[in-house]
Amino acid sequence: MKNRFLLWVPLALFAFFAGLAAYMLTQEKDQFVASTMIGQPLPDFALDPAFAGLPGAAKADFLGGQPRLLNVWASWCLPCIAEAPQLEALKAQGVEIIGIAIRDRPEDVANFLGRYGNPYSRIGSDRISEVQLAIGSSGVPETFVIDAKGVIRYQHIGDIRADDVPVLLAELEKAK
Amino acid sequence: MIAEIGLAALWLAAALAVLQMVSGVMALRVPEGEAAPLAIYTRPAAILQAFLAVLSFALLLYAFAITDLSIKLVASNSHSMKPLIYKVTGTWGNHEGSMLLWVGVLAASGGLLAAFEKRLPERTMGATLAVQGFVALGFYAFLLLSSNPFERLPVPADEGTGLNPLLQDIGLAFHPPTLYAGYVGLSVAFSLAMGALLTREVNPSFARVMRPWVLGAWVLLTLGITAGSFWAYYELGWGGWWFWDPVENASLMPWLAATALMHSVSVLAARDALRTWTIMLGVLAFSMSMLGTFLVRSGVLTSVHAFAVDPERGSFILALLGLYIGGAFTIFALRAGAVAEGKRFAAASREGALVFNNLMLSAILAIVLLGTLYPLLTEAFDVRVSVGPPYFNPASAIFAIPMLLVMAVGPLLRWRADRPARIQFEILLIAAVVIGAIALVSFFGSYPLLPLLGLGLAPALAVAAVLPLRGRNLRRVPVATWGMVLAHFGVAVSLFGMACEGAFTEERLAAVAPGGTEQVGDFAVTLEGVAPVAGPNWTAIEARLAVRQDGGKPVILTPQARSFWSPPQATSESALLTKWNGQLYAVIGNRAEDGRWQLRLWWKPFVTCIWYGGILIALGGVLAIAGRLRVDIKRRRAAVRGAGRRADLEALQPLPVPAE
Repeated sequence: MKNRFLLWVPLALFAFFAGLAAYMLTQEKDQFVASTMIGQPLPDFALDPAFAGLPGAAKADFLGGQPRLLNVWASWCLPCIAEAPQLEALKAQGVEIIGIAIRDRPEDVANFLGRYGNPYSRIGSDRISEVQLAIGSSGVPETFVIDAKGVIRYQHIGDIRADDVPVLLAELEKAK
Repeated sequence: MIAEIGLAALWLAAALAVLQMVSGVMALRVPEGEAAPLAIYTRPAAILQAFLAVLSFALLLYAFAITDLSIKLVASNSHSMKPLIYKVTGTWGNHEGSMLLWVGVLAASGGLLAAFEKRLPERTMGATLAVQGFVALGFYAFLLLSSNPFERLPVPADEGTGLNPLLQDIGLAFHPPTLYAGYVGLSVAFSLAMGALLTREVNPSFARVMRPWVLGAWVLLTLGITAGSFWAYYELGWGGWWFWDPVENASLMPWLAATALMHSVSVLAARDALRTWTIMLGVLAFSMSMLGTFLVRSGVLTSVHAFAVDPERGSFILALLGLYIGGAFTIFALRAGAVAEGKRFAAASREGALVFNNLMLSAILAIVLLGTLYPLLTEAFDVRVSVGPPYFNPASAIFAIPMLLVMAVGPLLRWRADRPARIQFEILLIAAVVIGAIALVSFFGSYPLLPLLGLGLAPALAVAAVLPLRGRNLRRVPVATWGMVLAHFGVAVSLFGMACEGAFTEERLAAVAPGGTEQVGDFAVTLEGVAPVAGPNWTAIEARLAVRQDGGKPVILTPQARSFWSPPQATSESALLTKWNGQLYAVIGNRAEDGRWQLRLWWKPFVTCIWYGGILIALGGVLAIAGRLRVDIKRRRAAVRGAGRRADLEALQPLPVPAE
């Protein structure tokens, strides 16, 4: 302990912490977790159908033709009910929406679609959030714009409100 | 009027803190032996300031009790329909009120120190009180400039906006004040350490003055953490008892530092060794409690606890932190080299064992600190990480296991130097119990490594805890030694609970229709029905669960999912069935569309030992304080008697005959 140099170590460590904390206090706090996969191609996946009424979803379903929306949702998710009409509106504009149902059961998926409408062309069942995590989504609902080459172009976090619809349409246009 | 008197008392107390600080510093500047002009004011200023700060807090308590809605703080945190007990405890269930409580306890302990502590040299005492005043002043400034608890509303509110329903719980109502009192006790230890460092009086008599404060703070922190852990266990409904959440870590870190400090101050008091180290720990322990306050209230870290988050307040606390802790470490670096080296000792000695454990505790502290701050560091580079049990459990265990082993042996060693061969019987016994227990448990099943090690260590520690009593006349064992035995035994009990919880817990998550039965452990749990119930400020759905053990008589458990309406928030009230060998833990969740209810059931063998152990540890601390105080009072009485006898003898001396 008698080493003079050692006596300054606590102060140095403290100064480092204080500097870091001061810097972090001045930073804007961002509550959303943005995907680091934007600009990257979709990972390879092939999911089973989420219920008997529609086919499952795979990476190949996104390739060719027009850009598509990838909607991460679940029948147990309340905001997903709120965004159902907006998805219908997007479908009415001719957008193809492929769903991924997170940790869901076939009967619940069928119930949900029967009650709130079915805007999807396909729904894959992601029972352990495997694909969800792989595309960098941290919650439900989230919606991704995927271009015809299978590249993730845009991420929308949270439920889609009425004023988000034009934004998504513009992003789909950009991805062409 | 109440609010104005409270605010005035706070301003006056702040002015007295300035006087206390200035007069204490003046005393320090005058060379030893000479009278300092202002020194006579230091102690009265501290005592009066204590009175005013406590008065101010009492007035705020009163305002909350009568729900004075013209005060902004009351209007935004209370509600006229709330039960009286939660109106009162709501006083410290918010940022401003809890800061006022902080300052009140700080001033009260400064007052106690000034009124009753006469053992230290007056210069050291002056310096100590000056530091205490300086610390208090920062918090007065914080309260008065940025968080005035007595602020009036221009128009009184019609009704309050309520209190966070999670805080409407008797356990939690008394958990924060306990922790605060513990943190503040560490502030006294900090002031004493700085006072001794400034006047170069780091010696055993200083350590004896510091010891009861450290012990008292440590007992309160132990109780506060134990209560907090139990609260999280039954109120948050996740079935866990420790989550390594930043706020939990914020209370654990000062405890780790205080545990190390308590042992090192004992070495200093008994053997005059570890002088610099004790001062360092004194500063560190208080730093950790300030750091905790900063992390919890500034919102730099995201936490499930996140309350009272405000970056502006964060900046204020950070500035205070920089002033006190930065200042203290600067003085430490400049002055500690001048503190004379204490007595030396051999590695195999009781001091050696205590130093080893101090290092291990500091290492665990570093692990927890690093894990808590690491997300802050990576976020500076825009990388988000979350550090959880997979890091904390093994990393802290690496240091905790050697620490516990040395804890078993250390109290058996002699001071200064010892031969390990002298206690070979005890060492062999402890080793045999560890190996025997692990072998026995492994024979019955395979369990994860850490719980298995815990199950081996716990019985060995229990045996080792009472070994220091072997061959001694139990009636003559000092009370403080009983305290150590009890506290070390408590560690064994708590460890046993943690290991059992980790190794043997059974979990069942099921959707159950009314009338359906689920099996967990030896228990058959039947959902008899679900009914709505109403409380004073909440409504709930309550499940009626009939629990049968091995087909015996049913016991009814009633877990609830509560909805509070002011402010709207949902909480889950778990129901616990406590048996001698564990707890059944039941939580009701949502209703599925088909009419079934989600039930979460756990059977947790011996989980209650975790908290019983915590209470035993704290009781050990209480015994240690009682023992030290008894010895101290005896000494004082003997000193008074001795002085009286000397005076009598002098009075009996014949008067000298005047010379002609």
